[in-house]
Order: sequence, then structure tokens, then C-alpha cells
Amino acid sequence: MIPYNFEYTRAKSLSEAQTMLAKNPDAKLLAGGQTLIPTMKMRLANPSALIDISNLEELSFIRASGDTLTIGATTKHGMIAASADVKRMIPALAHMASHIGDPAVRAMGTIGGSLANNDPAADYPAAALALNATIKTTNREIKADDFFTGMFSTALEDGEIITEIAFPKPDRGGYTKFCNPASRYPMAGVFVAQTKNGVRVGVTGAGPGVFRVEAMEAALAKNFTPDAVANVAVASGDLNSDIHATAEYRAHLVTVMAKRAVEQALAA
Amino acid sequence: MTTVSMTVNGKPVSADIEDRTLLVYFLRENLRLTGTHIGCDTSQCGACVVHVNGRAVKACSMFAVQAEGAQVTTIEGLARDGKLHPVQEAFRENHGLQCGFCTPGMIMTAVDAIRRRGAMDRETIRYELEGNICRCTGYHNIVSSIEDASKKMSAA
Repeated sequence: MIPYNFEYTRAKSLSEAQTMLAKNPDAKLLAGGQTLIPTMKMRLANPSALIDISNLEELSFIRASGDTLTIGATTKHGMIAASADVKRMIPALAHMASHIGDPAVRAMGTIGGSLANNDPAADYPAAALALNATIKTTNREIKADDFFTGMFSTALEDGEIITEIAFPKPDRGGYTKFCNPASRYPMAGVFVAQTKNGVRVGVTGAGPGVFRVEAMEAALAKNFTPDAVANVAVASGDLNSDIHATAEYRAHLVTVMAKRAVEQALAA
Repeated sequence: MTTVSMTVNGKPVSADIEDRTLLVYFLRENLRLTGTHIGCDTSQCGACVVHVNGRAVKACSMFAVQAEGAQVTTIEGLARDGKLHPVQEAFRENHGLQCGFCTPGMIMTAVDAIRRRGAMDRETIRYELEGNICRCTGYHNIVSSIEDASKKMSAA
């Protein structure tokens, strides 16, 4: 599989990447490339130029400070999965990262790339939404609630680059997903997070984009147990139907995954 | 065209290639290192796994230009002085292959997993093999091979 041709340049710094991107608005950023390159191989993506930011050390870090965990945009899934700081602050996030793709994908794929791509079946968007993360860019700070704007689309503007993601430490968190057996992408994945301010539930894989389930959040805020969500159904109207599962089946999966995510949060 | 230079199996190599050249094609077609296989078109099968700067990655999911200046190890680079790597030896001893097509990727993945984890139980080995597909074996003997190698290498 050979992609269309393009021009490759490796940015040596974030500011250089910004300059390159400003000069060539058709260029795409290459972070881990674990979605972009397979998509280019299929010729579903055809960028005229790639600016490689995967080696930017200034964007690769994990910092725990007070009750906030901050992760640089080019930090790889494998580093997040293995980080003692992540395991201590938000074990559900480390658990989630350890089940993205496979070990080779986790050695390359980045958190910033996953969020910027906003694949409707990606794992990180559910975590960012449930954990009430803040996505910091070269221009501004964007709350997760405002960041994800639909299938493969985000609030990022042209030339804007994600630099880091700040996660407030929850009291409890859990993530479970039900994967398509071939692609291994979730058909439904649910991240639950309990904080002093309440409970947030982020769902990926089931719909055209990541979303919250307010009825589950309200039920869990009163009673943080699997039983509290067992009878909270998600409307199937907006969910995906395809050869793998109907919308009704996915709606059912969301409730089951939510129950298991709460179980996991309580067991942690 | 871009001139790319890297170290492959300890030897410096350099070539003029199109930017779109995937690392796996660079290894197979420019360097004629055909031990690294292409088993799928969808970046799922793991037959092309090599080590770039010590980490197992899919050579079909990165461009050769991304490996500029990198240390790359392929299946051809594992044996030393005519002696098989302990993981290769364990696959031979445990009959960890049938057709052999997936084997280079299996072995490169296993070497990286053992480096990170040391001795592994069978459940962990299956988790580490998530990205490597075998159509022949049902994985049983592959898992046995890696279990054997991981224990021997950790004891050594």
C-alpha cells in the first residue's frame, strides 16, 4: 500500500512547527501516525505535506502537580500506560492507555494525535470528556466539553497545535470497552469519573462522536454503584448502526459498559 | 526525493527515496532485507514489526524518513556469530511456527516484550501479542516459545 506522494519535514521545535504550518496551510501534523499513516496508505487522506512533530521532546512529558496531571501532546500511549504518576493519580487513565491498539501502536501513538483526530471510536476522547480535561494549545485553553465537535472534528483552528492536556485528579475513575473483534476499536467504551463536583460519564465508539450521558451522571451522583446505572438506557436514535452492531445493540452495550466501569472504579 | 540515513542491524545505510516510502519498503526493497514481512494492508497483522531505537514498531506504519538517524534492528539482525537469538532458538525448540510468515514479527515483538517485562506468564504473553496475527498455529506454541525464552533469558 503506497500513499500519494507528499513532502516531509521534521520540526525541530514547537515554534518551528508553527512557522511551517503557517507557511503551508495544507500541511498536516504527523505525531504518532498510527491513524494518519494507515489512512494515507488507503488513500483516504492525501495531505500535500507532513510536518513531523513526533520527536519534539518539549511536548513529551508527564507531570503530576497537586491534584492535576498534565501530559504533553506527543507523549506516547505506552509511556502513559507505564507511568507511575498516571497510575497513582488516575489509574483508570493508565488502564485505558494500556489497552489502546497493541504494543507497537502504543510505542508510536500519541495522546495529542488521538485527541486532535477525534476518531468516534478512539479511547482518549472519552477519558478527556469524563475527566473534565483541559486541552491546551499554542493559542488557548479549551475545555473538553467544548473541544469535541463531532465525527473527526474538534474546536482546533487552522495552525493551532495541541501542546498539553491537563487532567484534574478524580476521586474514582473506571474505563471499560467492548471491542469489535477484528478492528479492536470499541463498539462502546465508557469512562466514568467521580469528583467532589459530581460524576461525569464519557462514551466513545457508540455514536458519531464522543458524548456524555447526563441521566447516568445524575444517577451515579446519588448512588455510585453499578446498580444505579443498570436501568439507565441510552437513546439509540443518534447511535451508529453498521454490519457489526445495530444502534439498539450499541445502546445496550453503553449501559453494560457503564456498569462495569463503575465496578472497576469501586474496585480500584 | 530525500536522502535518508540510518543504522540497520549495526551497519550504516543511506539511500535516496521518495518521502512516502514506508520503512518496510525501504528495508525490503532498498536494503533487500526481506525477513520483515508485509502481511496486511491495514496495519493490523504485525508481520512487519522491527525495532526502531530499541522499541518494537510496525514498519508499515511509519515512513523511512521518520527513521532518519535511528538505530533499526530487523529479524536478520538478531542472530549473533551464527548463533540464533534465544527467542529464535525457543521458537525452533517449541515448534512456534508452521508456515513461518508471521514469525519475524512475532519474534521482534517478543524480544521487545521480554526486554520490558522479563519472565512472563501466558496471559501476559497473549496480551503482548495483541498486534500480531498468526493464521496457522492457534498461537499455542508461539506462547509456549515466548514463555520458554522469557524464563531462560531472565534466568541467564
